[in-house]
Amino acid sequence: MKTLRMLLMGMLFHLKHSSRSPFEIGSFVVVPIVQATLAVYLFRAAAEPQKLLQAAVGAGMMGVWSSVLFGAGGAIQMQRWQGTLEMLMLAPRRPVMVFLPITLANGAMGSYALLATLAWGRVLYGIELDFAHPFAFPVAALVTVLSLGAFGILLASLFILVRHANAFMNALEYPIWLLSGMLLPIASLPAWTGPIAAALPTTWGARALREATAGGAVWPSLGLCAVISAVCLGLGALALVHVERKARAAATLALA
Amino acid sequence: MDYAIEAEGLRRTYRSRTGWLRPRTTEVHAVRGVDLTVGRGELFGLLGPNGAGKTTTIKMLNTLLIPSAGTARICGFDVVKQTREVRRRIGYVFGGDRGLYERLTALDNLRYFAELYGVPARDQKRRIAELLELVKLTGRENERVEGYSRGMRQRLHIARGLLHEPEVIFLDEPSIGVDPVAARDLRATVANLAATGTTVLLTTHYMAEADELCDRIAVISEGEIQALGTPAELRHRADGRRVLEIEAYGVPTDALEDLQKLPGVREAAVEERGQVQVVTVQSDADADVQADVLRRLNGVRIGRVTSREPTLEDAYVAIIAAASRVAA
Ligand SMILES: Nc1ncnc2c1ncn2[C@@H]1O[C@H](COP(=O)(O)OP(=O)(O)OP(=O)(O)O)[C@@H](O)[C@H]1O
Ligand SMILES: [Mg+2]
Repeated sequence: MKTLRMLLMGMLFHLKHSSRSPFEIGSFVVVPIVQATLAVYLFRAAAEPQKLLQAAVGAGMMGVWSSVLFGAGGAIQMQRWQGTLEMLMLAPRRPVMVFLPITLANGAMGSYALLATLAWGRVLYGIELDFAHPFAFPVAALVTVLSLGAFGILLASLFILVRHANAFMNALEYPIWLLSGMLLPIASLPAWTGPIAAALPTTWGARALREATAGGAVWPSLGLCAVISAVCLGLGALALVHVERKARAAATLALA
Repeated sequence: MDYAIEAEGLRRTYRSRTGWLRPRTTEVHAVRGVDLTVGRGELFGLLGPNGAGKTTTIKMLNTLLIPSAGTARICGFDVVKQTREVRRRIGYVFGGDRGLYERLTALDNLRYFAELYGVPARDQKRRIAELLELVKLTGRENERVEGYSRGMRQRLHIARGLLHEPEVIFLDEPSIGVDPVAARDLRATVANLAATGTTVLLTTHYMAEADELCDRIAVISEGEIQALGTPAELRHRADGRRVLEIEAYGVPTDALEDLQKLPGVREAAVEERGQVQVVTVQSDADADVQADVLRRLNGVRIGRVTSREPTLEDAYVAIIAAASRVAA
């Protein structure tokens, strides 16, 4: 209970902090419009109205992913630049509990991007928002956000452990969009990408959302998404313990 | 005796890689074997010149750095192996204006850290109100930190460091950038913390502050403790000396070396105080060096000349000078 309260309060705190950044405000308004437009023009050719909604959901998932990759992936770096990393690490908690509120906030910002993309799609392009499973959709969206928060923890620690993380991060964005089938159906990618895609929680999250909009069995995909995320969270938590020790040994918690 | 802080043979070496084509590793031996014990409720001062290793020592004690060698315990818990137990019991305040969430208010910041540091939900409101009162930020708590002055940020740091009522608090130059009245309040706060049983480890560059507050002081330079004792004991190091203070304008740089060589002179230093320079000459109490010193400063415009008993600062200067002579 106490931990849940801390996670929730921490998430709201970091959401509030990000929402006050002039940079983030720009991307809050602009990015969803761009994504909605992208969805419409990329897919209008194929234009059955049902496809259009799917495309908008896919584009929205790209927003979720960007926010997890750049926000959560860079979470530790960001705190270091702000000079707040040392004060965070002094909390008498497991490192994963210190960073989870931050990556969850990023997941929530992503979910906003998804909903805003849909809203703009409705307002600007008249995309019909008739969901195949209107009740499963919000559940799927919530689980996907949580799972992205968990996945973000794994990324955050890997980005610290891997040198040249920034280049790595930029290189990762498009492949994962493709791999997790946010833009293209997985079936149209080369066969070797299949196992990689199947291992990413984003694949199953995107799939659950697509099924909730266009029809299909939502719950198995969502279940897989949750399970893989739990594994990511566990691995991320272990990696973070290692990251923390390494940073204390190498004196990299403070901005030198 | 039950100690709040124990350190044995603490060392810390920083390795950094420089150069790109031909990378070279440079090593800085920041702390070279520090032993100290601080009793519960004691107010312990760590003094030393810039780069002496004070912050490094503090960061090893508060778990932010792993020592290269040696061990340390806080309230009996090992700083490397029992990190969480240690963190539950310590607070950390550093000087400077970073380390806060700028775009949010002081209240937001305090609420978040209270939650993160495990202050029980039902106590948070009361505790935060008390601390805002203590650091005199009541009424300003709903303003964003980015609009705060340096001193206000510093006071907010202090409030944050005390949120979870730590048993041991590390204050690394807490009075930096704080105005004289606020600095006096801060000293009262620190004294009060120690009086109510909190152990305080304080670093400062203000001798008067250390003299007034500290039960014991360690003077550290070149990563080693050069002297350790009560302020009175440290002052005794300058016993048998007298201090000559001369206000002057335009002292030539080579004059100090000559002064140091005069018979009976132990230390000579010069300090800028606005327009005027103050030459401080420590000599054996039985030697009257005034005439010799003034003769050497012939041609320099001289203001007031005073002869006085040594202070803690004079003792400090003597200790540091002796240490750097040994190192050289
Ligand atoms: N992260 C770091 N990497 C490399 N060297 C460092 C690092 N931090 C400190 N040092 C070096 O270690 C030495 C001791 O530094 P430290 O910050 O402990 O001094 P200090 O006594 O706190 O000084 P000050 O009074 O200026 O705060 C200095 O030579 C400094 O340059
Ligand atoms: Mg320092």
